[in-house]
Amino acid sequence: MNKHILAAGFSLLSLAATNVYADLLVAIAGPMTGQYASAGDQIRKGAEMAIADINAKGGVLGQKLKLEIGDDACDPKQAVSVANTMVNKKIVFMHGHWCSSSTIPASDVYNEAQIPMATVSTNPQVTERGLKNIFRIMGRDDQQGLIAGSFLAEHFKGKKIAVVDDKSAYGKGLADEIAKAMEAKGVRPALRESITAGEKDYSGLVSKLKSAGVEVIAFGGYHTEVALILRQAQQAGLKLMVMGGDTMTNSELVTAAGPAADNVLFTFAPDPRKSPAAAGVVKKFRDAKVEPEGYVMYAYAAMQLFAEAATKAKSTKYQDMEKALREGSFDTVIGKLSFDAKGDNKLPGFMVYQWKGGQYDYVKK
Amino acid sequence: MALALQQLINGLTLGAVYGLIAIGYTMVYGIIGMINFAHGDIYMVSAFIAVTVFTLLATFSISSIPLSLLLVLLVAVLFTSVYGWTVERIAYRPLRGSTRLAPLISAIGMSIFLQNMVQLTQGARVKPIAPVLVGGIDLLTIDGFTVRLAYSQILIVFVTIALMAGFTWLITQTSFGRQQRSCEQDRTMTALLGINVDRTISLTFMLGAALAAVAGVMVTVYYGVVDFFIGFVAGIKAFTAAVLGGIGSLPGAMLGGLLIGLIEAFWAAYLSAEYKDVATFSILILVLMFRPSGLLGRPEVEKV
Repeated sequence: MNKHILAAGFSLLSLAATNVYADLLVAIAGPMTGQYASAGDQIRKGAEMAIADINAKGGVLGQKLKLEIGDDACDPKQAVSVANTMVNKKIVFMHGHWCSSSTIPASDVYNEAQIPMATVSTNPQVTERGLKNIFRIMGRDDQQGLIAGSFLAEHFKGKKIAVVDDKSAYGKGLADEIAKAMEAKGVRPALRESITAGEKDYSGLVSKLKSAGVEVIAFGGYHTEVALILRQAQQAGLKLMVMGGDTMTNSELVTAAGPAADNVLFTFAPDPRKSPAAAGVVKKFRDAKVEPEGYVMYAYAAMQLFAEAATKAKSTKYQDMEKALREGSFDTVIGKLSFDAKGDNKLPGFMVYQWKGGQYDYVKK
Repeated sequence: MALALQQLINGLTLGAVYGLIAIGYTMVYGIIGMINFAHGDIYMVSAFIAVTVFTLLATFSISSIPLSLLLVLLVAVLFTSVYGWTVERIAYRPLRGSTRLAPLISAIGMSIFLQNMVQLTQGARVKPIAPVLVGGIDLLTIDGFTVRLAYSQILIVFVTIALMAGFTWLITQTSFGRQQRSCEQDRTMTALLGINVDRTISLTFMLGAALAAVAGVMVTVYYGVVDFFIGFVAGIKAFTAAVLGGIGSLPGAMLGGLLIGLIEAFWAAYLSAEYKDVATFSILILVLMFRPSGLLGRPEVEKV
């Protein structure tokens, strides 16, 4: 008897809870665990701060935002199941996923459920499949590869350049684009290699580079592998420069590779930390002991994008949101965002950076 | 030629590490007939202990390399054996006597538990240490390619040889070794003869963990970077090494480890690094087709 009353009480309570707090559920998804978990961590910190700020200003359309976090561990299969869970939770907006290979299959699920999403995945295929719900707030690998490839061709004339990737959708896509851009400038890659991400031993690759006399590699993949390759190259007495993509923004590269990280060049969107409009938010992050590097500001911007679009559309219904996102232009901490018909960002693309003593900055031409 | 020599050195080093981990798989399989899938993660835990101790030593400014290596090895072996014992006590002993699949699932669960525990307590970021053993000996130069033998590689190979010798002695000459071998053959009979079977199994787990701990310390010194995910790949490779050499056989595990290390090193240098793992596992399949019990394994005789 008592049990029944308790149960009834609890169900009443939970009913009451859902009625009182009709929050808007917004979600992030990415590698919260697994070997790229530090990127997931950046996204989570950025999104949490943004939501706290938006809620402090009264939320969106009079409702508070509540964050749902999905963990795909950069595994395409897990990404789809995360997407289904999020759809069931009735989220109104998704920022994610992070790995292109996760974003591509997951976006089909969100598209079917009519949930708008903003992603930082850079593989061209993310927006090339005609999905209407996807908006990319980062550049594309073909832009990124063009800039990296031309830079290599111009600045390392006469040196042997190898192109290496990690076989992932992102890594291979980027490496192919860099190789294409180099060849367009008349520089043939001396070697084209692939490695398996997640391993620790790249001495085979290093020996091969050494015997081929390679001094520069263009790398499509993630920072953890670059750190290991650099350390092992140093151990083998090989001085190596690396040109990577946007994933090299992670300061984990510096802790893992040590001083050899100064040999890493990479392409990334113009640094949002440098923009005066973002100074307030940057300070807030630093006060909270979070360095707004890499994807932190992008996650913040994605949440701002949602808040502004919903406010403009005066609703969170998919049709209204999609129209608002497609037509509007939005002030965020990463600059003014507006999108073309495919959902690609109109912001200018990429800059070439270099690590120096634990900080990255634009390479002076 | 120079490249081949370099890859021989690299492959032997890598193989020695695989071999050390593989022994843990093979010993446990020999004694209770289960695959301890959490073994790779035990190795990962030991690498984290090594990083922690190295960092501590650095703050106390103990800079003598032999002393700090010895201390790290000691602490890592001690703590990791406790982990090995605990895992057996919690996850496997209660399931002894149940179906063969139950401890296997329990092992996978333990593996996930250890990974997540380290991720939550230590963070997901990679943990680097300052290089411990820098430099090496330049052996020879052919056509501008210098073959280099790093000091850390010498350390790994020597420690492995010493451990293997000690281990062979332990298994073949001591009373613990005899107890262990008799548990392997017939647990009920061993118990009837007054040997504490549970204790022997626990000790076996601790020994396996201790070897994994040595491998963990060596890898930390060699690569300088650890993260909570390293146990997975290393565990799979070492498991493959154990199967290739003949699971249940100690020299087999070492041989399997060295073979896999060498195959990987040469394949990556001469063919393509891309298909390195494909090569390794194809060779495993080929060997198992012609020798189902592995290179040095004895076929199980079914008595009727």
